[in-house]
Amino acid sequence: MSSAGKASEQATTEKVRHEWPLYEVFVRSKRGLNHVHVGSLHAADDEMALRHARDLYTRRNEGVSIWVVKAEHIAASSPDEKDPFFAPSADKVYRHPTFYDIPENVPHM
Amino acid sequence: MAFDNAYEAITEENDARWAYGTGFTDPLAGVDTTVPADVDGGDLATYCLMLGDDALILSQRMQQWCTRAPELEDEMALANIGLDLLGQARMLLTRAGKADGSDRTEDELAFFRPEHEFRNVRLVEAPNGDFAFSMARLLVFATWRLVQFQRLVDSIDPVLSAIAAKGVKEVTYHRDYAAQWVIRLGDGTEVSHERMQAGLDAVWPLVGELFEPHPVELRLDRVAVDVRELRAEFDEVIDEVLATAGLTKPEAAPMARIGGKAGRDGVHTEAMGYLLAEMQSVARAHPGATW
Repeated sequence: MSSAGKASEQATTEKVRHEWPLYEVFVRSKRGLNHVHVGSLHAADDEMALRHARDLYTRRNEGVSIWVVKAEHIAASSPDEKDPFFAPSADKVYRHPTFYDIPENVPHM
Repeated sequence: MAFDNAYEAITEENDARWAYGTGFTDPLAGVDTTVPADVDGGDLATYCLMLGDDALILSQRMQQWCTRAPELEDEMALANIGLDLLGQARMLLTRAGKADGSDRTEDELAFFRPEHEFRNVRLVEAPNGDFAFSMARLLVFATWRLVQFQRLVDSIDPVLSAIAAKGVKEVTYHRDYAAQWVIRLGDGTEVSHERMQAGLDAVWPLVGELFEPHPVELRLDRVAVDVRELRAEFDEVIDEVLATAGLTKPEAAPMARIGGKAGRDGVHTEAMGYLLAEMQSVARAHPGATW
């Protein structure tokens, strides 16, 4: 086989090895009210991603529920838009519930 | 906050320290550990060694996949399964050391017994082979152990019953994990199908022994499970997985016994000596060492 042939075979193997898409993993703990992003993993499909998430991110009894989603399906805000996106809310103190007392037995604030 | 003992740090008392909590439970909490009346302690210990050695030796094989698995994610999964099995082995070996009155610890039993005293079936000591062989072996083992533990839950020995109850949940996942891969590879490409079938064919001669009861198991009425009763349920699960995977159930003859003896009698294949040499070497080089 020519060296060019070998190189192209290697490239194909590389491609196959990295074909598994990236997934983002969200876990809800037994004390948590919502799913929290815990990390990412590679998997061939959704089913495998759930199992890998179980094996990688709930080993220490952390979770009672798992969501996985392909990273490519997440739309994210851009760092360039940080100011127009977030700065306008920085001075709206009245949006925080700090002007009245919260009873002690109200959880999850 | 300082913790001298690592385990103290993860008990419920300190649970709040951890973002996700720990919620660890001791499967043997509150379980009566005296040997039930009318049950022979020696036989019970031997039976615990059989079930414990199955788990210990396959755990060692699983750990041998570390740094060698095809994907990082699967490496973790295989190590997790190995750790589940190691946990089962620890409880069963501890029970064996108490039941026969020898007061041997789990470490003494795992690291200082010679090969002929190991009671595991030969299925678990076979070298890992390729990933397909390992998955075929895990599917067979987990399917068999699951039906066995589902019955062992009703054992009149409260310790075995508790160990089985915990194990059922673990082994259900092991079976699921292996079945996923057997189906994926069997129903995948031409090459993956061929290799999965070859792995299954290579495992099959080791299956027969799983359903041949040892006299000790038969003597332990209502304590032990009669493995002959497990075959139908085992076949039903395996047939379903193989049908989905498009694989053919092998018809290989069972591996021969030697002078009528096999793994349960302490008669093993060549691979066992090498496995034990590796597994026991550190403990034997530094007897009594702690860390």
